[in-house]
Amino acid sequence: MSETARILALHAGLVALLLVLNFVLPAYPQGNLARIMVLASYAIGYNVLFGYTGLLSLGHAMFFAAGMYGMGLSMRHLGFPAGPALLAGLGAGAALSLVVGLLALRTAGVAFMIVTLMFAQAVYLAILLFGKYTRGDEGFVIPQADRVLAGIDLSDPFNRYFVALALFSFCLFSVLWLIRRPAGRVLVAIRENEERARLLGYDVFAHKLGAVVASGTISALAGAFYGLLFGYAGASFAAVQYSILPLLWVLLGGAGTIIGPFIGTLFMFYLIDLTSGLTSAYMLIAGVALVLLTLFAPQGLAGELRKRLWRWLP
Amino acid sequence: MSAADTSKPVSTSRRKALKTLAAGAGAAALPMWARFAQAQSSEPIRIGFQKHATGIGAAYGRWYDRTTQAAVKLINEAGGINGRPVEIITEDDGTDPKRGAEVVEKFATQYKTDIVFGTLFSHVVIGSAPRAGELKIPYFVVSEGHHVASGALNRWTLQPGITDVKSQVQAMAPFVKENLGKKVTMIFPDFAFGHDHRDFFSAAMKAQGGEIVGLIAIPPTETSFTRYFPKIPRETEVIYHVMVGPGVLTFVKEMGEFFGPSSPEIFGFIDSLEAVDLNSPGLEFLDGTYFWEGYPRYVQPDQTPYDRFYRAAVGLDENGAALEDPRDVATMAHMFGCWETLHVIKQGMEAADYQGPADRARLIEAVEAITDMPHSNEHPQGAKLFNGRTHQVFGPQYISKVTGGKLLVTHTAPIEDTLYPDEVDYTTQPL
Repeated sequence: MSETARILALHAGLVALLLVLNFVLPAYPQGNLARIMVLASYAIGYNVLFGYTGLLSLGHAMFFAAGMYGMGLSMRHLGFPAGPALLAGLGAGAALSLVVGLLALRTAGVAFMIVTLMFAQAVYLAILLFGKYTRGDEGFVIPQADRVLAGIDLSDPFNRYFVALALFSFCLFSVLWLIRRPAGRVLVAIRENEERARLLGYDVFAHKLGAVVASGTISALAGAFYGLLFGYAGASFAAVQYSILPLLWVLLGGAGTIIGPFIGTLFMFYLIDLTSGLTSAYMLIAGVALVLLTLFAPQGLAGELRKRLWRWLP
Repeated sequence: MSAADTSKPVSTSRRKALKTLAAGAGAAALPMWARFAQAQSSEPIRIGFQKHATGIGAAYGRWYDRTTQAAVKLINEAGGINGRPVEIITEDDGTDPKRGAEVVEKFATQYKTDIVFGTLFSHVVIGSAPRAGELKIPYFVVSEGHHVASGALNRWTLQPGITDVKSQVQAMAPFVKENLGKKVTMIFPDFAFGHDHRDFFSAAMKAQGGEIVGLIAIPPTETSFTRYFPKIPRETEVIYHVMVGPGVLTFVKEMGEFFGPSSPEIFGFIDSLEAVDLNSPGLEFLDGTYFWEGYPRYVQPDQTPYDRFYRAAVGLDENGAALEDPRDVATMAHMFGCWETLHVIKQGMEAADYQGPADRARLIEAVEAITDMPHSNEHPQGAKLFNGRTHQVFGPQYISKVTGGKLLVTHTAPIEDTLYPDEVDYTTQPL
């Protein structure tokens, strides 16, 4: 089997497995998996910048929130139906990531982390400041009656799962396509040695800007779908915690792998869900698990898989 | 189903068969009434308690838990609900709306609880309520937010045990204008909770003929407040403050340092000092100032038997602190809501003859039909009026003066002062 065929078989197999699970899973894991797929889409977006381009952002919650609020506010105040509202969320994320990219990419390394963190904090505070429209920290409900996309009721658990899977598949295969194209190879080259990439004649700034916009737009798409599927938009999704989470998911799952973000999100979700039922100190258990993983699987779960078993894993 | 009408093999263990035989023989030996009681399910009624065990709401969550356990113990000692014991299943929501919604799902689809109960922080309520509505599981919140009565949520979400911020704030205006002064400067946190205070109190004060001369919004990230006090206009007669979060103690202390002995009248919401000992160093200047209290923290000279009963059951001393640790001050102004809500749930389940999840819609209708709640052991905060259309309860509000390091109730705003026109009729929504 050729490498391309293997790669396609693995990723299509994952999507097929997730598809089948919608028919067999009980209600609780079915709902969880729908959430995990949307959050994994967010992590896939984050991975474009962190895993493949080597740029560590500490402010991706602003893109997730831009999508969520772009969608939610256009429904709430402009009366947009779900489809156009999703596009508004997508547009808001693309525009914000372009602006942030243009400014933040003037810096590098630690400064880039701090600038993205500050931008995200500014977006968070802006949501609070414009509380008249956003309802600030309380957030607002997106009414069940409005959550209908192309005639599909998104509040139905079965439909919600399908839509989450469609989003996840779209993000998964788009990024797989991207990183296998020459432009994607350049991103990896920048990650490995930026100076050499520049020496070879590549426009490093343009490629990095493209990565920020692609990453931010995918994150915003995930945010818009999260709000629409689960019926709520709130400022807590713009808080610093939601910038750290995708970093954790990607690190755990395997930075610079296509399925890593999904594995990391799934792992973290169930780590918290299961341990919180056992003890109130579940964050401690989560912390210990993270330290152990970092010590013994520094490349993340999928990274270890690539190192030991499947060297062809993209 | 018998083994004859299915092709699947039926496996019955010896232990199971013996149990069935024993139960049958036992039932035959029982008198008629007891057999009827046995025919009903003796499974516990399971209540999912969405607890703020971690995150910003943890201090409240701990006391919400304690009050909840006390109320359930009492209900179970009195025979449970519809002859069935009540079981509380607790899950931490981290005071986070995303996790809150997941916890509601977990209760509904994994633990299969009968209802969900106990959420305080507004953003968690608003994040969780859509899922409760979709899963059609009754969601009893104890939040004091205006979100329920404003119509923002759904028919499955109710707040029958604690009054909402709009009615609380509105009921303060007559007292402030009559007793403290007409010109008020408000100091409030610059987010939704503070904006509710700003909007509702400004409107209520204007309706009373008073005037808001200053509005000072404090950003949520602020840790020092000294630069805000010089912004208070000179003509201010009353300062109205309501702060929450980790900076409150600093805020109150710095306000005292700023004014010294010559301050305008000061009126605050106890949220500023909930779970904080009034005798903490630096709070001496609060003597002579006024606070809204949802429930009097200190035992009053005219203590009701209901208050005595409630404090004994929860384990509270006369200063509103834990009996075993006088420094562990309770969140008195809010946690009574858990106690009262659980008794409303009991009343509703008994009225609906609630047997299981199939009766959830009947439970909602039964609670909507409740109107008067008399002052009693079940409602120790005071007599209440429930509005089934808006799913919101209304009750008395207390204004207390700090006197010798304690809060003494000086005015009780009656229910009439807390009412406002309906903003929603949830009963028109299908179940």
